[in-house]
Amino acid sequence: MNIDFHIKKAKSTKKLTLIFTFFMMFVYVIIILYPLFNMVISSFKSTRDIIRYPFALPESISFKSYYTVWIEKKFYNYFINSVIVTSVSMLFVVLLGSMASFGVSRYQYKGNTFLYMLFLSGIMLPLKAALIPLYMIINKLGLSNSLTCIILINIASGLPSTVFILSGFMRTFPKDLEYAARIDGCSDWRIYWNVVMPVVIPGVAIVTIYNAVPIWNDFFFPLVFIQSDALRTLPVGLNSFIGQYKTDWGLMFTGLSISIIPMLLLYLSMSNQFIRGMTGGAIK
Amino acid sequence: MVFVFILLPLFMSMFNSMFDWNNYNRLGFIGLNNFKTLFTGYYYSERFFNAIQNNLKWFVMTMLIQNVFGLYFGYMLSRRINGSEVFKRIFFIPVLFSITAVGFLWGLYLKPNGLINSFLALINAEHLQRAWLGDGKIATYTIILVNIWRWTGFPTLVFMSSVDALPIENIEAAYIDGANELNIFFKIVLPLIVPAITTITVLTIIGSLNVFEQVYVMAGVDGQPNYSTDTICTLFYRTAFGTYDSSSPVIGVGSAMSVIIYLLTFFFSITSISWLQKKEVEI
Repeated sequence: MNIDFHIKKAKSTKKLTLIFTFFMMFVYVIIILYPLFNMVISSFKSTRDIIRYPFALPESISFKSYYTVWIEKKFYNYFINSVIVTSVSMLFVVLLGSMASFGVSRYQYKGNTFLYMLFLSGIMLPLKAALIPLYMIINKLGLSNSLTCIILINIASGLPSTVFILSGFMRTFPKDLEYAARIDGCSDWRIYWNVVMPVVIPGVAIVTIYNAVPIWNDFFFPLVFIQSDALRTLPVGLNSFIGQYKTDWGLMFTGLSISIIPMLLLYLSMSNQFIRGMTGGAIK
Repeated sequence: MVFVFILLPLFMSMFNSMFDWNNYNRLGFIGLNNFKTLFTGYYYSERFFNAIQNNLKWFVMTMLIQNVFGLYFGYMLSRRINGSEVFKRIFFIPVLFSITAVGFLWGLYLKPNGLINSFLALINAEHLQRAWLGDGKIATYTIILVNIWRWTGFPTLVFMSSVDALPIENIEAAYIDGANELNIFFKIVLPLIVPAITTITVLTIIGSLNVFEQVYVMAGVDGQPNYSTDTICTLFYRTAFGTYDSSSPVIGVGSAMSVIIYLLTFFFSITSISWLQKKEVEI
């Protein structure tokens, strides 16, 4: 039996509802896509043209402003910092997180549930409100104004959701397979790395995207903890860049395009993984 | 790690909120005086309740617009309306962008001589033109709408996949019994996706109590114009790092504020979880 909403098979009242839905979705699509399109065309225009003819296409396409923003305004530097922070944080989040979820989900011992609840409590608490003590801890450790402290905070804030999602995956791994491996003489480490991990790779993919996107976009902690320009990540760099060029709209649109387009391309090339990853944490 | 960076700060905040501070040096124990200052002291109480009201606006608007549209779109997509694959992919695009980039982009479009007002002029609706971010009466709503623009794809896909996960036999059986579409949605689908509604509600609560970046980027750290867009987190940031309102950081009151943010988040999340869990139905 076909219960899908296809417009051809629908009766008249249902058809009206469906057309209305189409209309709404179409409007939302335009509201999403047009600003992005306008941002890209505006990045090729001069400030005067943007204000006077906001809807017109650029007269000529020159990548001069892109060169200015990328090289002279050091966006390549912000970009590299963001890549370093995201990749190092994610490496440790996945490594430590998968080990912790292995420990929490595959062994029985006293305090097992307590440990799991400890990780879970980290999901609910807003880290932003912990700012003052965090600031003091980081200062005492002598880590302020460094990428290390951002990475450490990212690892701490990424671990709870990782343990939550991955231990869900690991619980479904059959005990018999683990026993079989143990009888064949596998150590605990081998069971974790060679038996369980390859099976939970889909979970690892979800965790990676679920954590990497917010880390890449994070603004609050780099804003608080990083003062020197050379260490800024992309969102914070964009912030200070826009603060400096309040009047040059063309340059601002170029900066925005540079910070938005890489993510857009990455998403378009692997949209299914992204959708599953970002919503996976909420559904599991 | 989780303990040092997440839980330890929670207890330190509680501890710190009960002391008198001079910059970053702890002085004597003063009990709950910091909370008293926050609730009754000059400009703190006024700003604090103003900020709380704005956070409430964030929550209500997000629930009403973003999550209702998310549910509507998500349900329609999961019933495989024509072109659902394309719609689904496009809806999710803005979710991945950083709040800073989105905020600045719309900040430019919403300027008095920006794209939105030009568009209104183009369709001969000059009387609708506003100083979207400059008018204290509408600035908060403008920022909330921009955030809804960015984030609607998320509840859409969460609701979509939770409807997808329902056993299809239930809906088919209802069809055979001759139930109409509205009844199927409200009597069968809605009760079954309560877990997803719980998740989205809790995330909305946490999100709207933690609004910071959106306001910081579009209205500045002091919630211009005239504190009309101020939220608890921007107020907290100003108090903790001492800008504009006071020249030096006020750690005691700041810690009191963060304890309140914790408590509010915790209380409202737990309440809504237990309230919604009563409505959960087993298949």
